Amino acid sequence: MHLVLFFIFGALCVAGALNLLLQRHPINSALSLIVVMTSLAVLYLLLGAEFLAAAQVIVYSGAIMVLFTFVIMLLNAGSEERTHGSKMAYLFGFPGVAALLGLLAFVFLSRSSSFGQAQLGEYLVTTADLSKVLFRDLLLPFEVTSVLILIAILGAVALARKEH
Amino acid sequence: MNGPAQVLRILPEVILTITGVLIMLIEPLLAQKSSRKPLGWLAVLGTLAALAASLWQYQLPPGTAYFGVVQTDAFSVFFHVLLCGIVLASLLAVLGSVPDTTENLGELFALIVFGAIGMLLMTSAVELLLVFIGLEISSISTYIMAGFRKKSAKGPESAIKYFLLGSFATAFFLYGIALLFGATGTTRIGDIAAALSTGQVSGLVYIGLAMILVGISFKVSAAPFHVWTPDVYEGAPSPIVGLMSTAPKAAAFAVLLRIAYGALPLLHAHWIPLLWWLAVISMTVGNLGALRQLNVKRMLAYSSIAHAGYLLVAFTALSVDGIAAASFYAVSYAAMNVGIFAVLSQAGGFEDRLTSIQDYRGLAYRSPLLGGVMAFFLISLIGIPFTGGFFGKFYVFSAALHSGMVWLAIIGLVNSGIAAFYYLRVITAVYSKPAATSPVNEVPPASVPLMLTLFLTVVTTLILGIVPGRVLAAAKAGAQTYASVNGNGTTVASR
Repeated sequence: MHLVLFFIFGALCVAGALNLLLQRHPINSALSLIVVMTSLAVLYLLLGAEFLAAAQVIVYSGAIMVLFTFVIMLLNAGSEERTHGSKMAYLFGFPGVAALLGLLAFVFLSRSSSFGQAQLGEYLVTTADLSKVLFRDLLLPFEVTSVLILIAILGAVALARKEH
Repeated sequence: MNGPAQVLRILPEVILTITGVLIMLIEPLLAQKSSRKPLGWLAVLGTLAALAASLWQYQLPPGTAYFGVVQTDAFSVFFHVLLCGIVLASLLAVLGSVPDTTENLGELFALIVFGAIGMLLMTSAVELLLVFIGLEISSISTYIMAGFRKKSAKGPESAIKYFLLGSFATAFFLYGIALLFGATGTTRIGDIAAALSTGQVSGLVYIGLAMILVGISFKVSAAPFHVWTPDVYEGAPSPIVGLMSTAPKAAAFAVLLRIAYGALPLLHAHWIPLLWWLAVISMTVGNLGALRQLNVKRMLAYSSIAHAGYLLVAFTALSVDGIAAASFYAVSYAAMNVGIFAVLSQAGGFEDRLTSIQDYRGLAYRSPLLGGVMAFFLISLIGIPFTGGFFGKFYVFSAALHSGMVWLAIIGLVNSGIAAFYYLRVITAVYSKPAATSPVNEVPPASVPLMLTLFLTVVTTLILGIVPGRVLAAAKAGAQTYASVNGNGTTVASR
């Protein structure tokens, strides 16, 4: 059952990501991104991370994607123009991606015995465990993230503000 | 250290956060038309306080805080002081060259201060997640600052290019961390080393190491991950280039030192060849690229790629000497590079009135001081004795020789010879007679803050070139507090 669900949503995720790249209109791309995010949430759920799955749906599929769609509609973005792409992408990009994918697949498949086993729901299952990590062990990184968000806002304002 | 006293371990970062927030809060209270420069002076004050706090941290016993996430030791203090110094000199250079009418000047000062927080955290973090967040803070603030010349098309172009490629590189870094976590079950630098020393090393660790190297190589603009550098440096305002070509790089090198020597010392047989090649390619590509450039900023961009290569040479020396040489080189490079970009900011202004080498023809006739200082920094970049650049190169290459990397040292020396040619070309131009309508005739007299930057950087370069002992001793102390690797590949935890 797990395996079947994994393959269905894994395939959906990859298909959504490909569609995101191939679509010409930004709205279609945004909608495919929702498919990617939601299937990822299901994959998290299959790994026993309920909280993360719920957060993924609420934050990414919900809040962020709604914003994306609003922005695209407000800007009234037209469909993109196709270029031939750069030669470098064809020469190095695609072979590079293929090589990396092959290498990772090889390591995951051939050395799977050396990774050890983990039981589903063994590590960080409950929200209580998760909050213990987030607000205790990783308290400082969590707090410092606020600086990160602050400069992102600051930068958006500084770059987007109209010149007087 | 427990309880509220833990905050002392991140005191410089806290001071900078307060400064940044104060700048943002005061900015809207100022009158619409009034100058934003007082905010810059506030940033200078905050940076001075952070510098003092970093120096004060030296007398704290080495240790960690916040559940082992940050560590203050001689190593972190060394880089904290260096980074605060760079930020201070760059803030003064911005204050001295930016016109009062520049848009969003208050935001620029806040961004510099906030970016500094990220860089400081990168050097003291021993938890890879915190390293990542620090790296993102420093990167995002530099992406934005690169685009601050909004009137010229090159500014936004530079910001967009830097942002797209930079995010791509950050993704590599993050994936590397994830793979290391997958292989060892932890993201703490010390715990990773412990896990690797007991268990079997899986293939994931190697891929993770390679990905982290890709991410960091991009940030330090080591070839072949350097393509963004010339375009970004050309488009960004000169005083900002002085900051972003030194501070984020120094922080990224500190991270690389911590990861290489702290987390993966057992894998040194794997990362040394990688770094060997990175060093050789960076030196060669940087110097050959610089030879062809007629634009001074693009030439300096290629030169900074070459200097990243020289610094990587030090990493291949498996010893305290290697770490100390790398740290020393970071200081000497920072002093001369911030200095020369301060000269460019004064000569060309925030909007880059002078671009090609020909434009600088006769600078020494127009302003003997500025021309002389520029020649001095170029001489230091070549690596001629009595300048910081000489001892930087000297320690790096002697560390490489001591660990038997003879070929690497030879390639490095040949490269230094090539580099002398293009630096001398600029010096010749600066000391030639200017044409009657040369743009150097409009170079304004230097302002007080900019003179301060020049003074700071010239004095630092001279001290490093004449009496390098104390800085080298501090670098060695920093290297020693960190776990070091001896030739047999066993870790020697020295604390």
